[in-house]
Amino acid sequence: MMNKPNIEIVSLTKKFGSFKALDNLDLQIEGTKCVGFLGPNGAGKTTALKLLTDMIFPTKGECFINGISVQKERKLALADAGLLIESPEIYPSLTPYEGLEMVADLRGVPPREIKDRISEVLAEVKMESWADKKIGEFSKGMKQRINIAASLVHDPDVVILDEPATGLDPRGMAEVREIVRKLKKRNRLIFMSSHILQEVTEVCDEVALINKGKLLFYDTLGNVIDKFSDGHSSVDVGFAEPVNEALINRGLSAISGVTSSEVLDPKRVRLRFKGGTETQKKLLEEIVGLHIGVVSFSEPSSTLEDIYMKQIERGD
Amino acid sequence: MTEITTGTETSKPATRLKVPSTAQQIPRLAHYQMRQYLQSRRFLALVVIVVAIGAIFSAVVAIYHSSFITSDSVSFYGGSWAGGVGVVIVLAAVFFGGDAIAGEFQNKTGYFLMSVPIRRATVYAGKFLAAFLTSVAIITIFFAIVLGNGIYYFGASAFPWQLFFSLPIVILYLLAVLGTTFLFSSLFKTSAYGFVLTIILFLFGFTILQDLVAILIKIEPWMVISYASGILSDLFSSPINWGLTATLGPVPAYDSPGIAEGVVIMLGYFILTAIAGLLLFEREEFK
Ligand SMILES: Nc1ncnc2c1ncn2[C@@H]1O[C@H](COP(=O)(O)OP(=O)(O)OP(=O)(O)O)[C@@H](O)[C@H]1O
Ligand SMILES: [Mg+2]
Repeated sequence: MMNKPNIEIVSLTKKFGSFKALDNLDLQIEGTKCVGFLGPNGAGKTTALKLLTDMIFPTKGECFINGISVQKERKLALADAGLLIESPEIYPSLTPYEGLEMVADLRGVPPREIKDRISEVLAEVKMESWADKKIGEFSKGMKQRINIAASLVHDPDVVILDEPATGLDPRGMAEVREIVRKLKKRNRLIFMSSHILQEVTEVCDEVALINKGKLLFYDTLGNVIDKFSDGHSSVDVGFAEPVNEALINRGLSAISGVTSSEVLDPKRVRLRFKGGTETQKKLLEEIVGLHIGVVSFSEPSSTLEDIYMKQIERGD
Repeated sequence: MTEITTGTETSKPATRLKVPSTAQQIPRLAHYQMRQYLQSRRFLALVVIVVAIGAIFSAVVAIYHSSFITSDSVSFYGGSWAGGVGVVIVLAAVFFGGDAIAGEFQNKTGYFLMSVPIRRATVYAGKFLAAFLTSVAIITIFFAIVLGNGIYYFGASAFPWQLFFSLPIVILYLLAVLGTTFLFSSLFKTSAYGFVLTIILFLFGFTILQDLVAILIKIEPWMVISYASGILSDLFSSPINWGLTATLGPVPAYDSPGIAEGVVIMLGYFILTAIAGLLLFEREEFK
């Protein structure tokens, strides 16, 4: 019996006219964790999430939340899910409190608990002091915060978020990560589309990457990195003066461990190397030893980003 | 903060939330939709319009002592209440129903509402109920103004029975007009289309259609809703045709429907447009 929260997407296909936005997507997610849903603009993420929440209807296939068919029993299937799809608007003449009260009441939160629940989620998105102002006058990011609160007001088991950090300021983005971490601690399943790979790396346990409506891979973050990076890391080296080809070939690429180099701009070179922290330490010492005007080293750029770029390119 | 620090905390409390039944969700949704209506500028604007109409009416009656108040209370209420409420109904239906469904798509509020475990039919019904009750509030304001004048000129005991009898017909006509408005509203995903179409149709489109049918095709225009609305005024004139068939007027086969016939037409409009609108909305995608 499946009593862990779960999401199941079966042969999901969606055509808009003759255009296939989603092509036979299969995805089974089970357990209490955060799954990042990645893919370039137009990949079909929102389309998949809208199908998963019965906003639109599949051309083929079916989705299940906690084993209940979304297409056949929308009401039952969504009962234990918190949704944030496509940055909704809330009736402008309502206040956040009133908007959340509507959601909580329709979802069956007992009347005596509604007030506390609303205060709790508004505090979580740092909007307590705006509870009684009209939403019509809110900024985009403020509205998004209320939307996040609305998806959590009934304390759901499964949380489905479509780019929750859209429109949020840096602190807001950090708060989203914090919210996700808290949800994980409380044994929820979070399925979240995002373009912020740093966010995904930080809070997601697993990632699913889609492109052009097709699933490229779905695995744990660790497996994905092992499988696709072949143990490679990279580091960006900054120079005081523009560097020339000769220097790169003669000096940098010759350093042991370096497998390739790429000129990002005249004063910045990205080096790829095999190995971990130890190799990186030696590498940097050697580069400094070359006395070639190095002024900065930056952290290896997100490994996930490299994998993402490569996988997307392959499909194009 | 109620942060739970143990990583192995079991998930939810044993008692899971039970989503209210559809029968419970409809009035609850209507309640919140009404709140949203009552707090909107649109509601305020309509109150101002209706009060202004009422004030102008009262002033004209007072200053010019029109034939309204020199005759009996039946023709007073017939001319003011029965003659004016139709326009108020159409205004209310357009204001609260014209974009009730289309607005959910255009303004993206639909994504908020549909994120709740709720059937599409419940959303349609709840919004309909809210628009209906809000319209009733507007009509009540108009009714109060007419009644105020009536009591002033004819006293608090001169209420003709037609006045009471007209109330359920007013409600029925409101249902028919709202049903039609909601249907148009769910035909489009752009609010303006629904608004424009309902305004054009109800303010003169249907009347023109009615005349065209009667004069050109030479049949009774029973299929046009504005034709049925004539029974509101007919109720206050005599003799009253209670029947299911029309009184034949100067134009061949057409003057106005019998009261029962008008009621049937209104009921038909309400039921058919409600079914059609519901079916349409069930298939609508929030793309
Ligand atoms: N209503 C629609 N009608 C026609 N095509 C659509 C519609 N909605 C989406 N599409 C197409 O489907 C594809 C997938 O869109 P979708 O919104 O799912 O992408 P996404 O992965 O969410 O992208 P983004 O990262 O930009 O949000 C796109 O090519 C888009 O043009
Ligand atoms: Mg999207």
